[in-house]
Amino acid sequence: MGHKSKPFFRIIRENKVLLLMLLPAVVYIIVFAYIPMGGLVLAFKNYRYADGIWGSPWVGLTNFRFLLISGKLWPITRNTILYNLAFIIVGMIFQIGFAIILSEISGKYFKKITQSSMFLPHFISWVVVAAIMYNIFNQRGVVNNILTSLGYDRINIYNEPGVWPYLLVAVKTWKGVGYGSVVYLAAITAIDQQLYEAADIDGANIWQKIVHITIPSLIPTIMIMLLLALGGIFRGDFGLFYQLIRNNAKLLPYTDIIDTFVFRSLMSTSDIGMSAAAGFYQSIVCFFTITIANYLVKRVEPDYALY
Amino acid sequence: MARKSRVFSTDLIIFNIIGYVLLFILALICILPFYLIIVGSFTAEQEIIRYGFSLFPSKYSIEGYKLCLKNPASILRAYGNTTFVTVVGTTIALFITTMTGYVLQRRDFPWRNHFSFFFFFTTLFNGGLVPWYLLCVRYLGFKNNMMALILPMIFSVWNMIISKTFMRSIPDAITESAKLDGANDFYIYVRLILPLSVPLIATIGLFTALAYWNDWYNCMLFIDNEDMFTLQYYLQRVLGSVDALRRVAEKSGLDVGQLPMESMKMAMTIITTGPIILLYPFVQRYFVKGLTIGAVKG
Repeated sequence: MGHKSKPFFRIIRENKVLLLMLLPAVVYIIVFAYIPMGGLVLAFKNYRYADGIWGSPWVGLTNFRFLLISGKLWPITRNTILYNLAFIIVGMIFQIGFAIILSEISGKYFKKITQSSMFLPHFISWVVVAAIMYNIFNQRGVVNNILTSLGYDRINIYNEPGVWPYLLVAVKTWKGVGYGSVVYLAAITAIDQQLYEAADIDGANIWQKIVHITIPSLIPTIMIMLLLALGGIFRGDFGLFYQLIRNNAKLLPYTDIIDTFVFRSLMSTSDIGMSAAAGFYQSIVCFFTITIANYLVKRVEPDYALY
Repeated sequence: MARKSRVFSTDLIIFNIIGYVLLFILALICILPFYLIIVGSFTAEQEIIRYGFSLFPSKYSIEGYKLCLKNPASILRAYGNTTFVTVVGTTIALFITTMTGYVLQRRDFPWRNHFSFFFFFTTLFNGGLVPWYLLCVRYLGFKNNMMALILPMIFSVWNMIISKTFMRSIPDAITESAKLDGANDFYIYVRLILPLSVPLIATIGLFTALAYWNDWYNCMLFIDNEDMFTLQYYLQRVLGSVDALRRVAEKSGLDVGQLPMESMKMAMTIITTGPIILLYPFVQRYFVKGLTIGAVKG
């Protein structure tokens, strides 16, 4: 790699244009990614608007103490982790299943149409998804109409926290199947066809081929996707949780995650310290999980490491 | 993708039947909600109040749309804002992202690993929402500023990595011989590399454009001037706030009690997300193609 003997300024002179070409992205990253890292000190300060970030007084761990006392730390952590786990597992089952079926059935047009249909939810924003939820589940929506016609009472899901874990997992899966399955589809197409031909000669049926060839060949891809997803387990999908729940206090204990908690605390200015503390906590924990995940991915399949 | 096994053995037939059924159900579940919204937007309000939203309403009406479009100024403005942000944002983003990807894949650039790590580290660790928000609002003046809608998404490390990988497949010889002819790096990038990167530009362009068009987050954080709203945030307001609904009502001059509120919400949803749905059939295969290329490497 580097010619350590080449003087610094010489390298600059020789690569002037390339360095200039890097400048916009570098400035962007410094401003929007690295400088905010410095703002993490806010977790240890009592932020006062008049004093700005640097002038505000240090308060040590007070913000964290408030966070613990408020009793919110555990619910939001638990929610974030459990929801992500559910999203990952259910999502992968559907995505892998869809990919396998799609790759093995015949009928070009049917495959195209189904894949297109399943990709569609990815293209709308969570705002539109919230509108869809409202349309389906409100007092006059399809679900309640069916329930009443079957003789049951209407339900108001906005008053029923218990159904939301299932609902949210279903919605997240719905939105992500098409997009998520592409990775697995690509991996399946990369499998050596000769393996299947040999299996044909041995008289294997389609189920045996899937169980003994397709799935084992997918294991590296699955492991990597799993690891990368687990790395982000402390980061929630803000759009999903915010748009579907909004400020429904009844649902929050079941559906509030770290990201929405930080957001809401931030927007009510008196809680900047606590939201900064929660954000700091999230950033630190995420750093460890993501780094470990990346390290493991590198061990499993070095080509797939991002760096 | 499917192997041409012309032998229709029993197990294959059963598999196909099960596969078709499952996929059909899944596809239906994906499409049905859209159908419901569209139908809902065209359902007469009285019908909704009495019988609720249904798959096959008996009374159709465009009153929901009429209400939304009675005073189209705010919707048109939202369209204008969103289009502006999307076009400008995507163009600049494409330029910066691919350019950075090109530089970092140049093997003769001595510091490329240092810079790569510089970018990559931001995917491992970041300061979180609070410092970023304070920085934007207090020190960068993002409040009610169009820049607030464009800048946050102007560069993405992921897209840069995809660009880098893609451009590595372009032979170094092109750059080398151009340098021998005396061209500078920027010229090489613009005149030689970019034209060879059309699939990359199409893919990243589509992803970025979609992200900009659907963005409500930056609008929510930074904009409270109604004239500057973008489409999805505008929809968010209309759906969520009784006040916003009332304002639409007032502009139309009708009494709030008589308003087709429900079908209006659905109509507004269609109006704001309609273009995406309409364009979808044309662009979706580029998405799949691009994702497949991206999926092969990370």
